[in-house]
Amino acid sequence: MWKRLLMWLVVGYLVAAGAWVIASGFGRKEQLLNVACDPTRELWHDMNAAFAAQYEREHGMKLLIRQSHGGSGSQARAVIDGLPADVVTLALWTDTDAVRKAGLLEADWENRYPNRSLPYVSTIVFVVRKGNPKNIRDWADLTRPDVEIITPNPKTSGNGKWSFLAMWGSVVWRGGTADAARAFVTAAYRRVPVLDAAARGATMTFAQKRIGDVHLTWENEAHLEVKEADGELEIVHPGALSVLAEPHVAVVDANVRRKGTASVADAYVRFLYTEEAQELIAKNFHRPTNAAVFARHQALFPPMDLRRATTLVPSGKWDDVQKTFFAEGAVFDQIQIAGRK
Amino acid sequence: MSSGVSRRALPGFGLGLGYAVVYLGLLVLIPLAACLVKAASLGPEEFLAAAWTPRARAAYALTFGVALIAALVNVVLGTIVGWTLVRYEFPGRRLLDALVDVPLALPTAVAGLVYASLYVKTGWLGQFLEPIGIRAAYSRLGIVLVLVFTGFPFVVRTIQPVLADIDVEFEEAGAVLGASRWQTFRRVILPMLIPPALTGFALAFARGLGEYGSVIFISSNKIFETEIAPMLVLVRLEEYSYAEAAAIATVLLGFSFVLLAAINYLERRSKRYGS
Repeated sequence: MWKRLLMWLVVGYLVAAGAWVIASGFGRKEQLLNVACDPTRELWHDMNAAFAAQYEREHGMKLLIRQSHGGSGSQARAVIDGLPADVVTLALWTDTDAVRKAGLLEADWENRYPNRSLPYVSTIVFVVRKGNPKNIRDWADLTRPDVEIITPNPKTSGNGKWSFLAMWGSVVWRGGTADAARAFVTAAYRRVPVLDAAARGATMTFAQKRIGDVHLTWENEAHLEVKEADGELEIVHPGALSVLAEPHVAVVDANVRRKGTASVADAYVRFLYTEEAQELIAKNFHRPTNAAVFARHQALFPPMDLRRATTLVPSGKWDDVQKTFFAEGAVFDQIQIAGRK
Repeated sequence: MSSGVSRRALPGFGLGLGYAVVYLGLLVLIPLAACLVKAASLGPEEFLAAAWTPRARAAYALTFGVALIAALVNVVLGTIVGWTLVRYEFPGRRLLDALVDVPLALPTAVAGLVYASLYVKTGWLGQFLEPIGIRAAYSRLGIVLVLVFTGFPFVVRTIQPVLADIDVEFEEAGAVLGASRWQTFRRVILPMLIPPALTGFALAFARGLGEYGSVIFISSNKIFETEIAPMLVLVRLEEYSYAEAAAIATVLLGFSFVLLAAINYLERRSKRYGS
């Protein structure tokens, strides 16, 4: 008797569960997965809502865009290991290209969309305490003995890599030699009391634990940090010179082909270049690449001389940037060992 | 007993063992084997170059060192807490007992963040410690502190049931035979506590070796100083050097296995001796 009842319960459960799976399969709305790096959470939240609304207007179909956030490198690894991303928006060229090396992107991914697949750019700026008590204005101030710097570990953080490149570039772009640049960054990393593993950790160290005098970070993160801190912090655009941070977008060809989402994903990325999207980008403190929109937000983005990181290596290739500075035993490892004496 | 000739008193041995083998295989052995296979894709020289650099050796030494110290501290603290909870009746005992498990439920990253903000020079505790020259945040001491926190429940929870099982008659017998309180403790109770203390030590130690989330938030992650081995694995992964990362993991695994086996052996011996 009980056995029978139990059996019917199990059968009923299986039928219901199966029906649920099938029903959700049929009634499915279109879905996209955007796998992104950490500091763009707020941006994609706004952007996805805007694009989904536009998509519903034009196609009469609901579109669900899911976001995944994490460190740029670990996000790239997740996609390589099978996370079915339709679009990747990572902090570093080398991370996007690692996805290509795994066979998921076409070789020409960088030239697929306008402006080398860059709907927006950013840069590295300083965040300092209110009133800038240590008077930190330019890159050279970083090596002063009374200044402590907060920046995440370039080995594990995209933000850390851009900060390193900006420091190195601040010497080279003003005509200094590679030796002078090395001496400068060695001295600067000696002024770093904590090498946080990721960008948000460094933000907490600086803003909440009040360690350090200057925090090197993405311009958009800097704006959020200052906003959160209620007038305790302010932004410095160091010497009007910094690195051009290039967070590329790419449609993951192999995945969209398999999932049949190629056209939606393409429309999504193209949407990023529309005026509406560019406004959202500016609102989230990334520098829009549409000149008209950029001009409208001049107050947020003081003019800066932004240089590409690839100008730091003779070949002008990102692979060599990685190899020269961040690979095992390369410049960063060497200066860390030199810096601990 | 439908099959008739089973010599076991309890039914279900075959099924139970089958499940155990399958699940251990799926959950433990296959992932570990995958790690070893990945590391084995390197030649012996490449393996050494990846896993036995001065920097990696410093990271292993730090990882095992802090885990050992934290486990030792936990044995002392855990025994005291376990003893108090079992032997004394006092208001709030239940609450205290429940608090012991909190470190297991809390995400360890939270523990790391909270400890760091307590012990920095502007923090509640740090403002008193820094002036007298104790740097607890962003130092090795800080790592030990969070590992004590995350490993704490293991010792308490292994000691408690053993203490509760010790009959008062043993102690009374000791007293009747003329032993002092201290002698009774040392000769009667302590030998019975050694096996569970060793188990707790092994558990706390193992937890300390693998702990990542809390440590990276309180460690300054400086090479040769406060860089733990799991952090080094992450650094290699960020370079897309999967095999090199696996090589470091393999060395960690090897050391841990040997150490845990040794503790296990000690525990068995002391059990035999105790009974």
